[in-house]
Amino acid sequence: MTVFNLYIFDRNGVCLFYQEWNRHKHSGLSQEEEFKLMYGMIFSIKSFVSRMAPVDFKDGFTSFCTSAYKLHFHETASGLKFVMNTSLNVISIKDELQYIYSALFVEHVVRNPLSKLGQPIDSHIFKTKLDSYIRGLPFFIRST
Amino acid sequence: MTIYSVYVINRAGGLIYQMDHTMPKTEVEKTFSFPLELTLKIYDERVVVSFGQRDGIKVGHTILGINGELVRGRQLEDGRDVLEMIANPDNYPIAIKFGRPKLSTNERIMLASMFHSLYAIGCQLSPEMKSSGIQVLETDSFKLHCLQTHTGIKLIILADPRQGGVDALLRKISEVYADFALKNPFYSIDMPIRCDLFETNLQAAVESSERSGMYGAGI
Repeated sequence: MTVFNLYIFDRNGVCLFYQEWNRHKHSGLSQEEEFKLMYGMIFSIKSFVSRMAPVDFKDGFTSFCTSAYKLHFHETASGLKFVMNTSLNVISIKDELQYIYSALFVEHVVRNPLSKLGQPIDSHIFKTKLDSYIRGLPFFIRST
Repeated sequence: MTIYSVYVINRAGGLIYQMDHTMPKTEVEKTFSFPLELTLKIYDERVVVSFGQRDGIKVGHTILGINGELVRGRQLEDGRDVLEMIANPDNYPIAIKFGRPKLSTNERIMLASMFHSLYAIGCQLSPEMKSSGIQVLETDSFKLHCLQTHTGIKLIILADPRQGGVDALLRKISEVYADFALKNPFYSIDMPIRCDLFETNLQAAVESSERSGMYGAGI
């Protein structure tokens, strides 16, 4: 069990934050291109799911699995998107992503008058708090 | 516990087979007086609810019928425009039927090729080595299961999130595809599947899986 990486996007598709922990493979794109591709994929999955759904739904897309990783997705009502990739055996991290939003993002980014809306986060305290929170998660085990 | 539908996509991302197994009814009919408490808009040549959820009518539902008459796109069958009818106070009280829009064949083909590229992107953005594309896509109301065979055909099942035994069903369907579509001398590869035997066997496989999956064969 491990956490690979975390992306935070705002509602316009700007990548506010990215960090990786135990990532083994890189996509071969520049980081900016990768953010665009990730946001585009999430955006398309959302529209795909809303058209494909045979029944009415509340939250829509929450996660997908491939043979090697699981992508978890959480969107706030204001359009902030939290995307975390973990190993397959992590069941659901909805509460953890919600915690990152409410206790870390709101506290250290939204309430920080120096951080600008819609700009990548450069708050040092947010980064360290997030890093120690992720490293403290029960399913975060450093692999070699 | 239900299996909603099955899709088969060829190597190029073309939809070659699609079957709806159980489609839950989401229709609501209600009589309104003037003015209408819902906000409607035209989206994709359909009249869609954009604001004002009430009485089981959800945002995203389209107008399916007015006063018992069917609605085609943004017009009634006799050519009257839906929005004009709703804007005219003389037509009230008015009974409007709302529901989830049914997908047209063209939309299904588009969605299938969209999934084909999402599958590839999911593979490219992997943080781990040797990842496949999307195998299970979860939402709170349904789960999409996808199996890519060695020959590149994608089999997709939309099912209830609690439905068990879907992986076994996917393998069964690939068997049915190999036996009754590929071995049919009149079937040309990568073309839409129109084989009766394929259809009946697929139907039987889905039904038996639905029955056995009821008892919770796991996830």
